[in-house]
Amino acid sequence: MLLRPALAPFDPIFAATDAELSKRDGVSRFYVLPDANRDGPWRAFLCLLASIRLVWRIRPSMLVTTGALPGLFCLVAARLCGAHTIWIDSIANSDQPSLSGRWARPFAHEWFTQWAHLASDGRRYEGALL
Amino acid sequence: MILLTVGTQLPFDRFVEIVDRLAPSLPERVFAQVGQGSYRPQNMDWRPFVGPIEFERLINECSLVIAHAGIGTVVMAQKHRKPMVLFPRRAALDEHRNDHQLATVRALGGRSGISVALDETELASLISLHHPTPKPIEQLPDRDRLRNAIAALVAEERSRRSSGHRA
Repeated sequence: MLLRPALAPFDPIFAATDAELSKRDGVSRFYVLPDANRDGPWRAFLCLLASIRLVWRIRPSMLVTTGALPGLFCLVAARLCGAHTIWIDSIANSDQPSLSGRWARPFAHEWFTQWAHLASDGRRYEGALL
Repeated sequence: MILLTVGTQLPFDRFVEIVDRLAPSLPERVFAQVGQGSYRPQNMDWRPFVGPIEFERLINECSLVIAHAGIGTVVMAQKHRKPMVLFPRRAALDEHRNDHQLATVRALGGRSGISVALDETELASLISLHHPTPKPIEQLPDRDRLRNAIAALVAEERSRRSSGHRA
């Protein structure tokens, strides 16, 4: 949601795991995905299906995500539908890229880290949200 | 009011228990968002979860945030200029999938308004201190830089697509 000002001119559609965020931040084009992490395989599977269905319905030309697992599912689905994909790795991972981020690598056109010391070839650093 | 939060993903009973023990000695009452833990606080008002709108209201009303080292909480506390004491989860104690919260406090500790406690003793002494209001954060050049980089990429890709050259 901290990216909203950057994306506002492009009239984006948002997807998040908490429905109330649309109300808190006044976002009208908004979809809810079930939350998931790798500790809950069944929820993760439901989230994967929901992500594929959402991407198929919207057919985005571009996708920007800050992860984590639901963001990864959407990014892979969007890439396979021909979208241009941007992964912004979570700022919570200052030691090494997140696991979702590592899986996202081959599917992301652009891959950003939010820590200067993690930048390398293919891991671009352009500042951080915090 | 002092706000304790452990985020929405995982329980953090060790932390809730420590703060519950300290709560009677604190100058203000504590409201605790404790997640799906099994420990039931005795000395604090508490709820397992609060929605994002109410959470933002609680942050806005509190004088101090005591929290696990979750980025969502840090962003909110920073937005409302609230001092925070962060207490990272440990993978060895099954409090998270890995030790990224330790890395987070190493990276963020020392920023204006952020203090870090690694054990009960540090937590006890930190939360009994007076915490001044952090510096305002209207100027976040790193945030602007990332926003601008993303906006530029999206604009570039859009014009490439509208001019008919497909990826």
